[in-house]
Amino acid sequence: MTDKQEKLIDKKGIRGDGRKADELRSLKLEVGVLPNADGSAYIEHGKNKILVGVFGPREVHPKHLSKPDRMVIKCRYHMAPFSVPERKSPAPSRREVELSKVIRESLEPALFPELYPRTGIDVYVEVLQADGGTRCASITAAALAIADSGIPMRDLVVACAAGKVEDTVVLDLYDAEDKLGSADVPVAYMPNLNAVTLLQMDGILTPAELEQAVNMAMDGCKKIYAMQKEALKTKYMNLKDETKEEEESVE
Amino acid sequence: MPTFFEAKQVVTPGELLAEGDYQPGENTYTEAGKIFASRIGLVDCENKKVNVVALRAFYVPKPGDIVIGSVIEVGFNGWTVDIKSPYTALLRASDVLSRPFKPQNDELSQVLDAGDLIVAKIASYDRAHDPQLTVGEPGLGKITRGQIMRVTPTKIPRIIGRKGSMISTIKTETNCQIILGLNGMILVTGKNLAEEELAMASIKKIEDESHTSGLTDRITQFLKEEKEKLVPKVEQNVEPKEEENKQ
Repeated sequence: MTDKQEKLIDKKGIRGDGRKADELRSLKLEVGVLPNADGSAYIEHGKNKILVGVFGPREVHPKHLSKPDRMVIKCRYHMAPFSVPERKSPAPSRREVELSKVIRESLEPALFPELYPRTGIDVYVEVLQADGGTRCASITAAALAIADSGIPMRDLVVACAAGKVEDTVVLDLYDAEDKLGSADVPVAYMPNLNAVTLLQMDGILTPAELEQAVNMAMDGCKKIYAMQKEALKTKYMNLKDETKEEEESVE
Repeated sequence: MPTFFEAKQVVTPGELLAEGDYQPGENTYTEAGKIFASRIGLVDCENKKVNVVALRAFYVPKPGDIVIGSVIEVGFNGWTVDIKSPYTALLRASDVLSRPFKPQNDELSQVLDAGDLIVAKIASYDRAHDPQLTVGEPGLGKITRGQIMRVTPTKIPRIIGRKGSMISTIKTETNCQIILGLNGMILVTGKNLAEEELAMASIKKIEDESHTSGLTDRITQFLKEEKEKLVPKVEQNVEPKEEENKQ
């Protein structure tokens, strides 16, 4: 670390952006922002700004990619050229291909692919602005977009990272901590089913620190989950009188 | 054997609904004896069966359903029809033509061409095969006039209303014929544009406010108010014609 670089955590335990070790960045979630997509969501997680659009289930093109017994899930994670300080080439990079796979696989356990054979869904993740932890924010938003599109789900998937910065385990790393810190542990989680769908680790942690980080990330997930549910309900609660009418049937 | 919801509460996917002696209904699933919601919707419980009325869903074909679709491709012995579902439907030529179909004699695109809209019934569908359509019943076939609108398929029962009360109100108030496709496509045919648009506006209103109470009354009120606004317009339309006649 150069001399110019400020300390990532000061003596009082306050981090570079003013948070405590176990504090999340500010979050804003919005559902149904793209009328042209079947389902969509927008997330602002700290300085991250991510837009997700979902299409399907629909016929898979090219046809040979469809599976006779299940629905296929396609995911594209893409960073806009203006999403980072230095222009990023819009062509898919090695990192984006990996993140597409990681996001897809963390969402898959939440779906019922066997219900809709020979079809596919497309999840398009567009990172408008990146500031560390985009994979987690993407998963959180993608789960919302899928729920918004009306595709049945076991649970909403919510993701959050924890990591180690200057010998302290901290929650929800931002860009500088991610780059200069010593470890990063993204966790995707389905809170109601208590199931982890993604667990990665970048860097070095002792087993005790890893456990602390995972627990911290899962606690963060639970907080975000509450906001996720709220965001999903808000879309339909604009006219907020509770229905008391009996369910009306086709007959 | 508790339940974890109030009637008509909005639930999100993954929310625990009930435990023990309950049956999982629509848009729910069970795991380890517990019932969870699988879509965003309104829960309710009837005869120990927990149902979620989805606020957003797509259409899954069911044999016997009336649907409205558009022809997307003319094939060798039939048409491919988009019915706004995960699967495209097939309509066989022999079903449309009342006589035996011979590829050398009949030009299929003269009967139905790409872009044509049809009202049809799902004849068969299962997991392994795309749905097959039939138009061999009265009221089915090519759509020649009217306007098409699209709503979320789960809202169709709400538009129909209890024992068809809602839809018959709209029909009589606007003098429009309305065909509801269970895939969310709706055909409105009226005598003039204003009436068609009024019918469509009220259907849109039902879709937007489907999860609120007292909707039937509000729609009746809405129709009454809008019709009053319409009357002068209709008169204006008539007057110039009369003047022309005088001249």
